[in-house]
Amino acid sequence: MHQLVEALLVSVLVVNFFVLGTSRLNAVIHASAVEGVLLGATLLCLRRDWEALALASGVIVIKGVVIPALLRGAMREVAIRREVEPFVGFTTSLLLGALATGLALLFAGTLPLAPAQAGTLFVPTALATVLTGFLVLTTRRKAISQAVGYLVLENGVFLMGLTLARALPLVVELGVLLDLLMGVLVIGIIINHINRELSSVEMDTAKLSSLQD
Amino acid sequence: MIASLCLAAVVLAALSGVPGLFFPRTSRAGEQLSVAAMLAFGALALFVALRVLLGGGAVELSLPWSVPGGAFEVRIDALSAVFLAPVGLIPALGAVYGRGYWPERDHPHDARQLRFFYGLLTAGMALVVIAANAVLFLVGWEVMALAGYFLVATEDREAKVREAGVVYLAMTRLGSLVLYAMFGTLLAATGGLLLFARSPATVAMRPVFQSAVVLLSLAGFGVKAGLVPLHAWLPPAHGNAPSHVSALMSGVMLKMGIYGIFRVTSLFAAPPLWWGELVLALGIISGLVGVAFALGQHDLKRLLAYHSVENIGIILMGLGLALIGRATGRPALAVLGFAGALFHVWNHALFKSLLFFSAGSVVHQTGTREMDRLGGIAKRMRLTALAFVIGAVAIAGLPPLNGFASELFVYLASLRSVAHPGGPWLVVAFAAPALAMIGALAVACFAKAYGAVFLGEPRSDDAREPRESSAFLLAPMAVLAALCALFGIAPGLVVPMLARAVDAWAPGLSAAAPLASLVPTTAITLGALALLLILGIAALVLRRRPTAMSAPTWACGYSRPVPRAQYTASSFAQQLVVLLRFIVWPRTHRPAIRGLFPSPTDFHSETPDLVLDRAALPLTRRIARAVGSRRVLQGGSIHAYLGYIFAAVIVLLLLFRVGGVLP
Repeated sequence: MHQLVEALLVSVLVVNFFVLGTSRLNAVIHASAVEGVLLGATLLCLRRDWEALALASGVIVIKGVVIPALLRGAMREVAIRREVEPFVGFTTSLLLGALATGLALLFAGTLPLAPAQAGTLFVPTALATVLTGFLVLTTRRKAISQAVGYLVLENGVFLMGLTLARALPLVVELGVLLDLLMGVLVIGIIINHINRELSSVEMDTAKLSSLQD
Repeated sequence: MIASLCLAAVVLAALSGVPGLFFPRTSRAGEQLSVAAMLAFGALALFVALRVLLGGGAVELSLPWSVPGGAFEVRIDALSAVFLAPVGLIPALGAVYGRGYWPERDHPHDARQLRFFYGLLTAGMALVVIAANAVLFLVGWEVMALAGYFLVATEDREAKVREAGVVYLAMTRLGSLVLYAMFGTLLAATGGLLLFARSPATVAMRPVFQSAVVLLSLAGFGVKAGLVPLHAWLPPAHGNAPSHVSALMSGVMLKMGIYGIFRVTSLFAAPPLWWGELVLALGIISGLVGVAFALGQHDLKRLLAYHSVENIGIILMGLGLALIGRATGRPALAVLGFAGALFHVWNHALFKSLLFFSAGSVVHQTGTREMDRLGGIAKRMRLTALAFVIGAVAIAGLPPLNGFASELFVYLASLRSVAHPGGPWLVVAFAAPALAMIGALAVACFAKAYGAVFLGEPRSDDAREPRESSAFLLAPMAVLAALCALFGIAPGLVVPMLARAVDAWAPGLSAAAPLASLVPTTAITLGALALLLILGIAALVLRRRPTAMSAPTWACGYSRPVPRAQYTASSFAQQLVVLLRFIVWPRTHRPAIRGLFPSPTDFHSETPDLVLDRAALPLTRRIARAVGSRRVLQGGSIHAYLGYIFAAVIVLLLLFRVGGVLP
């Protein structure tokens, strides 16, 4: 069981790198869906009660099916396929991602953790996923890529929540899941509006800079 | 049971605008449901308030709540009830008024949002007055403050309205910031007690902390109450909001700041003398500055807004005298001052809402708030004019209406405060003269406002053909006018209620000096009735005398008078404004007229606000210029902002790595 969990966590890390390194938006969305399913599976491996089952199925359905479908819908509306000219190139992103993962491993060693999590990959993976999400959010121009960055960030937070599984009530996790769904819905609407208002095929969020205070 | 009833009312108010969001725009159901919900809320809130005030005792309720530091504790004592009553009455009347003033048919874009936030603002205010826990109080406070912003900015297509909204938002945020500091001090000094009521822990606080809490509360709540110099948001916000929102804000929302100050001053058992003197001085300044600026206004609703500042000043004068009474161990002074302040809270809510409703009725029919474009309205809108007269007489503190009754309480307190063997202090000696001056200037100001808007001849085409407003607008005015008259003629009715509230503020005061023995309520009643009798006889006599002749108003011997030759509002008030120019600083553009046949020219005058236009805006502009180059950091790029957060997270984690374990 323990090894299975470790394997799942390592796959999460691999998916993180895939998100950082690819320019095709379709693939990025798929990757985030895969990551969502991996998270659900991890939860199922850890706990086998009704609560966990409900939460895991919720996570798999929403993060694995509903949200990717929404994002693909938004993508179809605006007819863009690739992330071109990000602020930071894909190779550099990968290097930064590796650096972030290394830092995450480093930081995890110093955090005051419960003995149950002290030696596991949980906290480093969670931190690395959060940092990856941040990296995608800051370096990508397209609104859809940013939505995926947001999803990855939230996945990291979810993983962190799993380590505190007993302390964090299920209701909170379910609430976060609902927030996420609403967030993606709103992003979908915003994407459509940006598309209509700026009539740019590029969907470039960097062009929103005149919206400052 | 009673407390849960009150909570149900709060929920009802909060949800009153929600159904309307889902009905199609052609349907009236949303409007009707919202009015019905607000009326039900008003009835419930008034019932609870009156029950507590008539001797039902304080009610409490405590529910489980999983917010750190918070507890869902509701407590309605007589002091809360005094404020709960206007929170119930005015929004309910305002909802009826809004049905006629801002119908969805005429305002398809913003009527829904207006109703939604109107309900939220009301619910927030109700929560503020019934919360016993500081966290719950702040929840209500923030809901109120933010809903207020959306109400001010209802007509956000106009640049002026957006500006007013931004000024309001900035100031309310600043006020909240200070309030957090205040509650933080309270929390730190009492060791984790977040109860917002007097307890052994608050009484035992070190004097320096007590004073810090009081000063912070004067600043934080003072912003909401519109205390000079924190009143800057008030004139633009009240001027630009829809009239029933202005009525609600001016009549009730300002009082939430007053409520906060009352609560904080009730936390401590032995106030030092200088608190009272400071509050009294602030009250005198607010009263004088408010009325002086009101005289210089051209905009009817801005004029009313400055009168709110004036009345807040009168309320604070009452509180200041009461604090002086407590500090010097004179219960009679404390009871009179505080009862006067409380009574004026009610009365101001009544007559200021009445004035905003009637001003709104004029604005609704003519489409302008400029007094110098109006005139002669009384001939076509008799009932609105009557409502305005009643409100004006009440706010000017003239008998037989309610403004006189409550100002008399404060007068009695200020006279009593001077008659003391220890000799008067400087501030105290000025209280009664200041109050008299405020009253006199208020009379002048409303003579100007009524004369310019309702009498004479129309000054522009806007005022040419107004029709009387509908019953939706008139009925709320009738209720308020009747209450103004009732409280003015029979203040004895409210004396026992006020006495209970005084006791909730400072226990034991009423027993030491019963309010009923301090105020001449019978004399007020008899005097008011006699005055009404004389007025009635005079009216009959004048009507019987056949003196009617047909001539243009204010013909004054001219053979062909034109409306433009009338006194304008500005010229009527000019002398007083010039006399008070050391406060008001009017700005006039006066061209020189030379030669026998001068070319056409124009005259222009305005009274920029002392704080907002003369100090705050120039200062912020200068700051913006000074930091201009550094604004690159805040360039509006989402990516940069996210990058900052990213960098901050990494740096914090690195620091943590280097520094070891968290403290």
